[in-house]
Amino acid sequence: MNEVSDTVNKDASPDEDKRVGVFVCECGVNIGGVVDTHAVADYAAALPGVLVTSVNKFTCSDSGQADIQQKIKEHNLNRVVVAACSPKTHEPTFRACIEEMGLNQYFLEFVNIRDHCSWIHMWEKEKATEKAKDLVRMGIERAKLLEPLQASEVPVIDKALVVGAGVAGMQAALDLADMGFKVYLVEKEPSIGGRMARFDKVFPTNDCSICILGPKMVEVARNKNIEIMSYSEVQEVDGYVGNFKVKIEHKPRYLDVGKCTGCAKCSEVCPVEVPYDFNEGFGTRKAIYVPFPQAVPLRAVLDNDNCINCKACAKACESNAIEYEQESAYSEVEVGVIIGAVGFKTYDPAPRADYGYGKYDNIITAMEFERLLNAAGPTGGHIVRPSDCKEPIRVGFVNCVGSRDKETNIYCSGVCCMYTIKNAQLLKEKRPETDHTVMYIDIRTPFRAYEESYNRARNLGVKFLRGRPVEVKEDPETGNIRVRVEDTLAGEMRNLEFDLLVLGTGVVPNEGINRLQQLLKLSKATDGFLMEAHPKLRPVDTTIDGVYLAGVASGPKDIPYAVSQGSACAGRATILLKNKKAITEGITAVVNPDVCVGCEVCIPMCPFQAIKMDEQAGKANVMKALCKGCGTCVAACPTGALEQDHFKNNQVIAQVKNVFRFEEVASPDYPSGAGTHVSPAGGYVDESSEDMGEQT
Amino acid sequence: MSPDATPDTGKWEPKIVAFCCNWCSYGGADSAGMGRFQQPPTARIIRVMCSGRIDPIHVFNAFLEGADAVLVTGCHIGDCHYVNGNDKTKIKYKFLEDVVRELGLEKERLYLNWISASEGEKFANFIRDVTEEVKKIGPSPLKPEGVA
Repeated sequence: MNEVSDTVNKDASPDEDKRVGVFVCECGVNIGGVVDTHAVADYAAALPGVLVTSVNKFTCSDSGQADIQQKIKEHNLNRVVVAACSPKTHEPTFRACIEEMGLNQYFLEFVNIRDHCSWIHMWEKEKATEKAKDLVRMGIERAKLLEPLQASEVPVIDKALVVGAGVAGMQAALDLADMGFKVYLVEKEPSIGGRMARFDKVFPTNDCSICILGPKMVEVARNKNIEIMSYSEVQEVDGYVGNFKVKIEHKPRYLDVGKCTGCAKCSEVCPVEVPYDFNEGFGTRKAIYVPFPQAVPLRAVLDNDNCINCKACAKACESNAIEYEQESAYSEVEVGVIIGAVGFKTYDPAPRADYGYGKYDNIITAMEFERLLNAAGPTGGHIVRPSDCKEPIRVGFVNCVGSRDKETNIYCSGVCCMYTIKNAQLLKEKRPETDHTVMYIDIRTPFRAYEESYNRARNLGVKFLRGRPVEVKEDPETGNIRVRVEDTLAGEMRNLEFDLLVLGTGVVPNEGINRLQQLLKLSKATDGFLMEAHPKLRPVDTTIDGVYLAGVASGPKDIPYAVSQGSACAGRATILLKNKKAITEGITAVVNPDVCVGCEVCIPMCPFQAIKMDEQAGKANVMKALCKGCGTCVAACPTGALEQDHFKNNQVIAQVKNVFRFEEVASPDYPSGAGTHVSPAGGYVDESSEDMGEQT
Repeated sequence: MSPDATPDTGKWEPKIVAFCCNWCSYGGADSAGMGRFQQPPTARIIRVMCSGRIDPIHVFNAFLEGADAVLVTGCHIGDCHYVNGNDKTKIKYKFLEDVVRELGLEKERLYLNWISASEGEKFANFIRDVTEEVKKIGPSPLKPEGVA
């Protein structure tokens, strides 16, 4: 790369007339209820360089933005300070607002007086107001030093990577493929389908899960724009929005996928039997096996850890597909966008032996119940208790296992109430003589037909008891489970006996989530799931441009929600893929060659190899296309030759200095009446716009 | 979360300069706001893109201008948005610690902390703890006369 870096703009005169407007937002009562916004505006109006200040009920509203634009025009402002929420919420809004008026978007300084002030000092109004004044003063001084920058455009490769082929990832892949974009669909398991392929029936309609998922899996396989990479994992991600280079590992199946027909003859002759993971460990599979009857791709896989190398499968295989010497293969793809749909796992009650799980035979998890209930499951759809394979009559269900508990996870997994209701219904329908008791904290049934499903369960005779079991014990003679639980509605202790107890285990993050976080540098929320760019307005975006999240990767969700997110990701990604270009921040490092002594200290600082030596000149050279604007090299430069645009030393130090003030300026004595008044700096406070209704 | 009982008495309050990286700790401060985690109004946050951008000069400037404490914060190690900027912050911080000691300042005036964008409560507790520590040792000896 031979790109010549920009140098420090010597033409930017420090004496240029800075005309600052300060816009203080009340955010309804969010700020205005704590911070005296008018006092802050009055204070700002007195500071040098400030021509006009204004208080708005909602600066982000149409009228609030119109107010900014009008004042830019009236006062010929060239710097705008907005004191409001977080730049993460509204910086783009106000950048666009001032850009419309012909101002460079980087002439906006955003001061956070809500998240960092009014919301965290709710009972210290005076001190919060003083702090807001400090923050605004810091912002004004920084604003005066801001320099114009250009956001740059980068081309976008019109291909997508979807990580995880559960129902959310499949939906994202299908939507993108149907819009004409090439999609690489990477799945770590030997088959696509994800967790939904293991469910028996799905609430609230109780339709057969694989019957609705199976055709979708086939649709994915048939789609010419989708390249399924099953039994594969993403190893490395390099690059940036529009231009990601992704290295993918294809784990060895020990057979030629092109030759294998999925006939499973190999499986028939394999002498090894191991617990069948697809059935939650119930029943067995062979060391070479087809994952499940509806698997896509319908190909066998050899589990090398359990293979005894008898070579029976190679003899049985009619198409000579077996390759014992196979190793991991690697491929590299280039894509413009990445969608993470890495799924989840269910809470494992075994390590803590919650409610005696793992200690007593006749306590199973809901996922295990789900597989037992499935007609293709290990018992052909019969619910039996593990201790004696008898079909239980009295079945207890415990909700919120591993959820809503300070000891495990405090969040609600959202799906457990509904699947418990469904499971109880299904067994009751199959065997009306059974008796069901659901022990719950709260029953949560939002969304269409969920509450109806709950009512249906009650009408079928499923009993609901509000209370969390306090003691669970096994009767050693019968294997029955005795539960002591407080019926908190009746206010009495109950001693119940069940033939089988089913734990409604919650949803927890899986390894894939950690992996994706590390690979893409995503943020994680306190619940351990990945964090979206904005909890309400950008629910499938991440802070990394061109990276989106679908399904449970960003927190517990049911199937319709996960599918919607898959489609949402496809829609968001299409904005980039269709436009074929992305806007990247103009914030990069720049070298002043006059000051650079060519010491090369900066070069190893850069994790992106964006700094190279210009050997002829003996100076460092920043390649803008590679620079991501972290500024680490700038802090390391011993001569001050390196600067980071928008975070130049003088800009940062202006903020540092203005944290403080001399006492004599601390409480300026201006007239504080309503209306407009001239400030010492020649500015005036315009309070006419505080009421949105009065604006024109 | 209960109303802070300390009355507004105009007596000395520490002033703390907190450098936050855009991706993690600034977000953590935002999360503190969203979760309404109350904290003393002592900190003034300065946003940089990466903790690696925090120049020792910024920290010394803060002390010379009158900071009672300075906080250097960023993403957890391994989570840096720029791969390993925070590793370099860690190295620089060792140097900062030495110089701050040379300047005659107590060790309770300089802190390094990794706070993710979701750790609002941690951020609030951090500000509360530092404020208490600094209140114990009083105003910075470097604070110029007349500065608040």
